[in-house]
Amino acid sequence: MNLRPSTILVLVVSAILFVLSANSYGFALTLAAFFTLGIFSFLYKDNPMYKFCEAVFVGISAGYWFVSLYYQNLLAKLIDPLVADPVGSGAIPYYVVAILGIMMLMRLVPSIGWISRWPLSVIVGATAGLWFITYLQSNAMLQLQNTIMPIQEYAADGSLNWYQSIGNLTVMIGTITGVIYFFFSKEHKGAFGTSAKVGIWFLMITFGASFGYTVMSRMSLLIGRMDFLFGDWLQLIL
Amino acid sequence: MNRSFVRSILLLLAVTAWAVFAVAQDDTTQPAPADTLQETAPVAEAPAPATNVRGEDTPGDEGGSITVFWDQSADDTGIDAEGITVIGYEIRRTIDADNVPFHSVGFAAPGSERFEDATTSDDSTYYYVVVTASRDGGRAESDVIGPVQSSPQWFNTNRTNVFIIGLIISAAILYFIASARKGKQLFIRRIAGLEAVHDAIGRATEMGRPILYIPGIQDMDDVQTVAGVTILGYVARTIAEYDTRIDVPTSRSIVMSTARETIKAAYISVGRPDAYSDDAVHYVTDEQFGYVAAVDGIMVRDKPATCFYMGAFFAESLIMAETGNSIGAIQIAGTAMPAQLPFFVAACDYTLIGEELFAASAYLSNEPKQLGSLKGQDVGKLVAMLAILAGVGLFTLAQLTGAETINNAAQWVQDQFLLN
Repeated sequence: MNLRPSTILVLVVSAILFVLSANSYGFALTLAAFFTLGIFSFLYKDNPMYKFCEAVFVGISAGYWFVSLYYQNLLAKLIDPLVADPVGSGAIPYYVVAILGIMMLMRLVPSIGWISRWPLSVIVGATAGLWFITYLQSNAMLQLQNTIMPIQEYAADGSLNWYQSIGNLTVMIGTITGVIYFFFSKEHKGAFGTSAKVGIWFLMITFGASFGYTVMSRMSLLIGRMDFLFGDWLQLIL
Repeated sequence: MNRSFVRSILLLLAVTAWAVFAVAQDDTTQPAPADTLQETAPVAEAPAPATNVRGEDTPGDEGGSITVFWDQSADDTGIDAEGITVIGYEIRRTIDADNVPFHSVGFAAPGSERFEDATTSDDSTYYYVVVTASRDGGRAESDVIGPVQSSPQWFNTNRTNVFIIGLIISAAILYFIASARKGKQLFIRRIAGLEAVHDAIGRATEMGRPILYIPGIQDMDDVQTVAGVTILGYVARTIAEYDTRIDVPTSRSIVMSTARETIKAAYISVGRPDAYSDDAVHYVTDEQFGYVAAVDGIMVRDKPATCFYMGAFFAESLIMAETGNSIGAIQIAGTAMPAQLPFFVAACDYTLIGEELFAASAYLSNEPKQLGSLKGQDVGKLVAMLAILAGVGLFTLAQLTGAETINNAAQWVQDQFLLN
């Protein structure tokens, strides 16, 4: 790679200023700004700076998660309780978990690697059972409870509350047609198919609203990064 | 690079050097939290005490909670009432009413008649007293009640309706699984996104480029990941036949293990175990944005012809889908995360929306268990639609006619879905 003298000068001065900023706070700020700009550079195209930032990010985060999982899960939720009470009746579940964990590691030995499927089966089966109740309550029953309401709503003076009534009707039609769209035992043809199409329209309108809302929240994230770069780092925003 | 540009850079960096000395100062001064209702007046007329105080183990819980009930103070007549104004109730507790002083465990607003103390130990008994507090500082203690002990229950009777509905759906699922196992053909309607899977794999094969498969960023305890890995099995069988390369970066180690098992089984099932390599599936990092940075890098460097996103996703969904779009890959996504579906719908060629992800899993695998499960869930949906129509119809009729009986019937339908 041929670097022009001016480029080398900028790099050297940058490096010197970078080192001069090396009180711990300033160093951390400059480092964070460097990586922020490095990741942003992907917007232009893939480049060595992005590759470097990506590798550092992935490497550090993988290492961080390893340490975090060791201290927060393995040590705190298995080893510590077992060391504290290794023979009590309360220790039995921990031994079961420990055995399942060891079985998981059996995949490192190819000849008995099939043993690792057992703990996987336990994880998948147990969590499927747990989520069944959670989803039934939060996704199905709550929705039904809030959909079952009169179509027409009246104001305090006895007149029809059109706004609320149309809202109730929309919720009911949206819910039923949405459920029809996700009904897999019947082909979407005829009146059933038309209802399913209405259902997908409701879904798409909902997605549109959700899209706009989330884009706005992403904009706030971008503003946060800009605030960091121009405020915390460059101190151009006071 | 001209001199003015260099001067600009130097100026920028000089500003940076000065900027690094700013250190934020934390203001750690916090007011001490009050743990009892403070006396606001030295002498005040005491309000009427709460009466009929009783305590009992909170029903239908896992222990560790006692609920205290009382009848309101006679002076608890509203915050704007004239005379003595009750501003709330303080609930105090002790483990020995004669020898250990009571201490506060919480407060209840005026008008309240119950308080749940969720800080008890099932091994101890407790005594309670309810202190009625007035605005001018008056205090009145109720009779001491106790001993009361908390304990866990096997069944939460408040959720009997959940149990019954779960039982109905489970029975339907078991029935359809049994039917499928006996060889009965269970009809599942065509799912548009799935038709494209075969074409997308064929395209990658023809172009000689890899397929990128992202099974979400959640662990195997998420049912969406399970569905994503099941679809991976189908995709893997096809690529094993076509001899196409697949790359599966994962953000969870257990997903990596499961994905390897799945792909290996797929290669074995088509008689090509020798073509399988563990390298197809690799762990990246658990960190959400570290993972997406790596996946983006893989996309722009390997330029996969097809990208699959099947599983649970969060904020990384749009970043990945947009990057995939920018490299011209055919993209097929499937997730049940409502907040991420709009991004996949916008940026991908096909999207399996919500339950279609699980249906696709059943459709592709053609396994009796999955097909039966899907049909059983359809029974649940049918019940839900009928309940909505019945409930809404009855409520509407009740409003039109003013008939109490019809209103009660509508209320009964709605109550079947109440979560207490």
